[in-house]
Amino acid sequence: MTTTLATDRQDERLQSREGLRGAITDVIERARGGDLGVIPVVVGLVVIWAVLQVLNPVFLSSTNLVNLTLESAAVGVIALGIVCVLLVGEIDLSVGSVSGLSGAVLAVLFVDKGLPVWAAILAAVALSAAIGWVYAQLFNRFGVPSFVITLAGLLAFLGLQLYVLGTKGSINLPFDSALVNFAQLAFVPQWLSYTFAVVAAAGLFASGHLHARERRRAGLSARTTSMLAVRSIALLAVLTFVVWYLGQTRGVGWMFVLFVAMVLVMHYLLSRTKWGRSVYAVGGNVEAARRAGINVRAVYTSVFMLCSSFAAVGGILAAARLAAANQSSGAGDVNLNAIAAAVIGGTSLFGGRGTAFGALLGMIVIQSISSGLTLLNLDSSIRFVVTGVVLLLAVVVDSIARKSRTSHGRA
Amino acid sequence: MSATQQKDSVLSLRGINKTFGAVAALTDIDLDVAAGQVVAVVGDNGAGKSTLVKVLSGVHSPDSGTITFDSKTVDIPSPAAAHRLGIATVFQDLALCENLNVIQNLFLGQELRPLRLNEVAMETRSWELLRQLSAKIPSVRVPVASLSGGQRQTVAIARSLLGDPKIIILDEPTAALGVAQTAEVLNLVERLRENGLGVIMISHNMADVKAVADTVAVLRLGRNNGVFDVNDVSVEDIIAAITGATDNVVSQRRARRKEGLS
Repeated sequence: MTTTLATDRQDERLQSREGLRGAITDVIERARGGDLGVIPVVVGLVVIWAVLQVLNPVFLSSTNLVNLTLESAAVGVIALGIVCVLLVGEIDLSVGSVSGLSGAVLAVLFVDKGLPVWAAILAAVALSAAIGWVYAQLFNRFGVPSFVITLAGLLAFLGLQLYVLGTKGSINLPFDSALVNFAQLAFVPQWLSYTFAVVAAAGLFASGHLHARERRRAGLSARTTSMLAVRSIALLAVLTFVVWYLGQTRGVGWMFVLFVAMVLVMHYLLSRTKWGRSVYAVGGNVEAARRAGINVRAVYTSVFMLCSSFAAVGGILAAARLAAANQSSGAGDVNLNAIAAAVIGGTSLFGGRGTAFGALLGMIVIQSISSGLTLLNLDSSIRFVVTGVVLLLAVVVDSIARKSRTSHGRA
Repeated sequence: MSATQQKDSVLSLRGINKTFGAVAALTDIDLDVAAGQVVAVVGDNGAGKSTLVKVLSGVHSPDSGTITFDSKTVDIPSPAAAHRLGIATVFQDLALCENLNVIQNLFLGQELRPLRLNEVAMETRSWELLRQLSAKIPSVRVPVASLSGGQRQTVAIARSLLGDPKIIILDEPTAALGVAQTAEVLNLVERLRENGLGVIMISHNMADVKAVADTVAVLRLGRNNGVFDVNDVSVEDIIAAITGATDNVVSQRRARRKEGLS
């Protein structure tokens, strides 16, 4: 034992693990204890990609992967909202309908009424935020279970969507509009993509380094600079490879960048702000959160409004991608895919556990399945079955991990 | 002595009533706590101790009665309001979030730098508080789910000290603790008193009450049943007040044992 031990390392029962090998041992130990993190989803992704690549060599081609990233953005944004509601231990089943409704509102205001596109987007998002507010009031004031409220919302807002679209049933967005252009044709120039990758890696290193320095000054243990460097270089390598590979054809779409940016913002809000803490607290133990002075109702309200707003943004992106809003926008498997993406990404259905990055990873899994099965010329019946099975597997993994956490005293 | 207590009491309750449906949980409760005074509130199961704690901590609002804090009449409509006044509570069920780690639980609801959490300052302060309590917690970065009952109690008590409160309410603080930790908590209670805080301690343990309390307030079936100076009262008298009679199964048993011994 050295003489100057960090404040948080003084207990003799603590095993100290240093360096890269120590970090790996930690991860293995935690996984054994049921704290799986992103391991299942990454393993699942590798398996799914391998199988689909064997079945159809086009699957891992640059063209298809570019398509996959673009297709994943819309539902991925919706899944991000679902992560937030699941974190407080509630559910929103109406995100599909709300996304469809907001697509319809956007189309009507933009095309039929001739409003500027930003005004139409703002109106659609505001309407959806209001829907989330109504859900939260029903939940807070009357204590109706959220799945009942939002199940009613699912039907009601599907009805409203059909009403807004009127007898035509479908409204096309002009191809030369900025919105459609953004969703279909806007790609990041290759040099800028590489810059993003470098900035991300440098940012990770810088924030980690500053944090470590602050911790050392306060007399706490901290990650070593070499560990931080390894982590940043790994990220840089992965991102550069992705950018290079996607750059073989069209490159990285701006819509996907928008999705990733939203994930990063949500990650920050959830992990580094007081609001995020209170979301996890409410999901872990509502009564404890209330007694700690957290305004639980406000947390629920913010989360429901956020989820509906994300659903609206997702609906707008979907409409832009399709260049149309129609009666089937947001119908079918959108709801389930968004929820499945969140759960596959490691968000617990029991509340209090999950990350924003889960939505990104989970969405890529869901979209891979969907895209791979489409490439195989299998119709939606089989796609539904396979997606259902994968969702079930994810929930089973979640439940097993939960049991393991309990028996290892981690839950 | 009681006259001076009345004068500089930080917290006074007068005529507090609280009913749940047909059940009168609290009837006409009076209670005074002065700065630097430890008041033990004792009573049998269902005597209204926990309800009283919840009224003071803003979880339940009283149906009638007045609460005076710092010689001002106040309402405590919410736990946040209790925090602001300077009333901190350690609940019997501890009210910790099992999915959050020790630091996150300690600072829950009062995080430093809301928009960019100051993790380092919070961790340093957490260690200070825990060291002050001589806590045996190996790491503050583990979820509370992995701590033992005694460790959780320590976390809960440490949390109550964060907001520099004037009154601390401890709901059965030693019920789940080992011998050494009980002594630590009792030491801590005395330290709180030396620092001029008012302490309300709910307890079933007469030894703890005799050891640290200045005053014992007895509740019985939701009513005041006597306030005693701890130096002038025997454990038998307290138990008599708790059970509501001098002739009861407890005192009979004690009498029998005394006879048997002599």
